[in-house]
Amino acid sequence: MSVLHIINKSPFDRNSLDTCLRMARPSSAILLIEDGVYALLGNSTAATSLRQAQENHPVYALQPDLQARGISEENMLDGVTLVDYDGFVKLTTEYDKSQSWL
Amino acid sequence: MATKKFLYVNRKPPHGTIYALESLEVVLIGAAFEQDVTLAFIDDGVYQLLKNQDSSAIGTKNFAPTFRALGDYDVNKIYVERESLEMRGLGKEDLMPLTWEDEDDDWAEKDSIHIVSSTELAEIIEQQDVLLNF
Repeated sequence: MSVLHIINKSPFDRNSLDTCLRMARPSSAILLIEDGVYALLGNSTAATSLRQAQENHPVYALQPDLQARGISEENMLDGVTLVDYDGFVKLTTEYDKSQSWL
Repeated sequence: MATKKFLYVNRKPPHGTIYALESLEVVLIGAAFEQDVTLAFIDDGVYQLLKNQDSSAIGTKNFAPTFRALGDYDVNKIYVERESLEMRGLGKEDLMPLTWEDEDDDWAEKDSIHIVSSTELAEIIEQQDVLLNF
């Protein structure tokens, strides 16, 4: 079974991302939305964790949330697939289940 | 009217909740009443000052440009905690430039943003009359 893990909280405010990364199995993907996208910005411990996670999981991020927060390809982690709202919906259909780590 | 020293402590990121926008509104009210206004940005609050924010695609008010108006309201004491920036892999160059014009110095344009340590910020907190947290 494949799971889409969705993170919407800042990694510095909640431990959702850490918990997700502990439980995400190799067949699953990670989608960052809302304040979850801050994990991709800058040279932080959260960005390092995600870089490691990329070895096993595709990582997606919601482009409108990046744009709102001043995050772009220039200041974010490489190798992340950006999706729009339609892409978000499509991802939820491609995976068997969505797990939202609130 | 007596002037008091107001410190607005901002610890939340800008778009996930309404706190950041509400804080900015109250800051402008404090400034309009000619109070001595200081802003502090700590923890995820530092994200409020990131460059190039554009919330048009998420359907919320794009209030980041409003920070640039603060200088015109004589709000020029904006302190950002260095430890919070460093933990997020950020530096001053990642923040939007905020300036004010000093009428006592031939209207020279000066930086409003000051990166300070938590020790310095602790001292700034102690100097205030009123603390408002967002």
